[in-house]
Amino acid sequence: MEKEKILSEMPFLSECKSSDGILSFDCPPRDLCRAAQILRDRFECQSLNDISALDMGSGMKSGRFAAVYHFFSHTKKKYVRLAAVCESAEAPKLPSLCSVFKGADWLEREAFDMMGIEFENHPRLARILMWDSYPWHPLRKDFPLEGREAPLPPSFEGNEEAAKIVPAPEEGGPFHSPSCGVAFVSKKEPRSRGGDCGKDIEP
Amino acid sequence: MEKEFTYPEPASLEADRLGEKMILNIGPSHPATHGVLRMKLELDGDLITRADPIVGQLHRGQEKMAENLTYNQFIPFTDRLDYLAPLCNNIAFVQCVEKIAGIGVTERCKAVRVICCELSRIASHLVGIAAYGMDAGSWTVFMYCFTQREKLCTLFEQLTGARMTTSYARVGGLARDIPEGWLGNVNSFANQFLPALDEIDALITRNKIFIDRTAGIGVVSPEQAMQWGLTGANLRGSGVASDLRKDVPYLGYENYEFDVPIGVNGDCYDRWLVRIEEMRQSIRIVRQAIEKMPDGPVNVADPRISLPKKEKVLRDMEDLINNFVLVTQGPDIPAGDAYFEAENPKGALGFYIVSKGGGVPYRVKIRAPSFVSLSAMQEILPGHHMSDMAVILGSFDFVLGECDR
Repeated sequence: MEKEKILSEMPFLSECKSSDGILSFDCPPRDLCRAAQILRDRFECQSLNDISALDMGSGMKSGRFAAVYHFFSHTKKKYVRLAAVCESAEAPKLPSLCSVFKGADWLEREAFDMMGIEFENHPRLARILMWDSYPWHPLRKDFPLEGREAPLPPSFEGNEEAAKIVPAPEEGGPFHSPSCGVAFVSKKEPRSRGGDCGKDIEP
Repeated sequence: MEKEFTYPEPASLEADRLGEKMILNIGPSHPATHGVLRMKLELDGDLITRADPIVGQLHRGQEKMAENLTYNQFIPFTDRLDYLAPLCNNIAFVQCVEKIAGIGVTERCKAVRVICCELSRIASHLVGIAAYGMDAGSWTVFMYCFTQREKLCTLFEQLTGARMTTSYARVGGLARDIPEGWLGNVNSFANQFLPALDEIDALITRNKIFIDRTAGIGVVSPEQAMQWGLTGANLRGSGVASDLRKDVPYLGYENYEFDVPIGVNGDCYDRWLVRIEEMRQSIRIVRQAIEKMPDGPVNVADPRISLPKKEKVLRDMEDLINNFVLVTQGPDIPAGDAYFEAENPKGALGFYIVSKGGGVPYRVKIRAPSFVSLSAMQEILPGHHMSDMAVILGSFDFVLGECDR
């Protein structure tokens, strides 16, 4: 049985329940690199297919941020899932898997960009989808749906007008800010669902 | 831990003591980049020494928006991921939702979805090879491919009402059943498509100029491909026989007979051959699906998942309430999480959805195959000539709507 083999090889893992039939384990962050390497070398998981960063809500003091790794074995045709929970909620950190899987490079940069998880020993941890000077991490739960004011990228210097947003005429429509008064008032955002959205956050 | 390999450095002139290198910026608006991709290249004469793809120009925050929409409301957003194969994206997303909730769709729904997926695969590959042919200097094949794709778009329009933004799948079924006579139209498309594909094949596959430009260019070894997480035709072009339709069958793909073409050398030419052959296999699957198209409903009968029939909504109170609840609050999906990858034309499109119950997802992570393919460019491009860049980018067939999300 695959599950017992993985657990006996890596006693630091603990099994967690999954609702989709994929073998899932919780992994302490310090053992993440070792676990990935063993999965690759002994359990034929040749690919790291995905890294999903999760924010379990700003109410959590520890274990707010987590990363879920999906490995795929092209020979056994099976997925393995590892979940690693960051210890700190203020400065979430995880070890980088870039020394084991090359594909981790951009996936970790994306998790850093969107969720603000710092990956230690990453060769070049920089933002990837947003521009380098962007101050926020938009997929955190305390980031409001309608966005927040941010300084423009340096390429707009001297041409700030080009990036100004003109509010849509239909007040209260989906995904837009009000045409007058204070911008980014989340009360006016009709599609925003869920608790933390729109709370004021500091950079 | 010991480092087994190093990543290429980003393009910069800092280490260039002799002052012989130059930085060339290509894009974000350039025909060879197939969208809004920016390439920062460090060149030594005509040779690429470092490559640095810069993505994000098309970022729309789809994952953030998904957290604030019901499951069915998010389906139109999936059209805009890989906008060359919207039907595949619609279906991949609802498959993942159905996986959390444990919904088994009807046999007829599965067969219709298979036809949709395979026709989209052909449409996407047609655009892929058309643009690829043009990158390598062949205009004619572009016209041949787009003629065929036009016919496919007409079929999609008959089925869904839209040519590109189809939004056809729903959690637990489909937006509507197939229209009368549509399967006949698909069949006659398939009949005229195979000779047309042979023509495209004959135009370019043995063309000396094309072979000279693609054979031995952009070679990716199987180990390299798996290390970078490449999927789909790009992985199979490197000789790894990995196809999610065979490996982790969904939608009843295990009941269809088809072959998985793989490459030998892992170069640009092999990726071309794989895509051409995949279209033939897709036609094979479509024909089998038409032949055994089962009768019956396309939606599951559960009123918490699928909309009731319109006539019943107008007549019965209970159905009216169900209709109202489903539209305003979304389908009731139990708490849990699921990861699902579908074999899309561009590679494995994955969704990781975390649900805390109710009609709105807590977190949706989209694993975009184009994003992963582009991340490998920093290793594949260096060492090639400047003129090979367009061919290599074309052979990987990525789409930026999906990469940037």
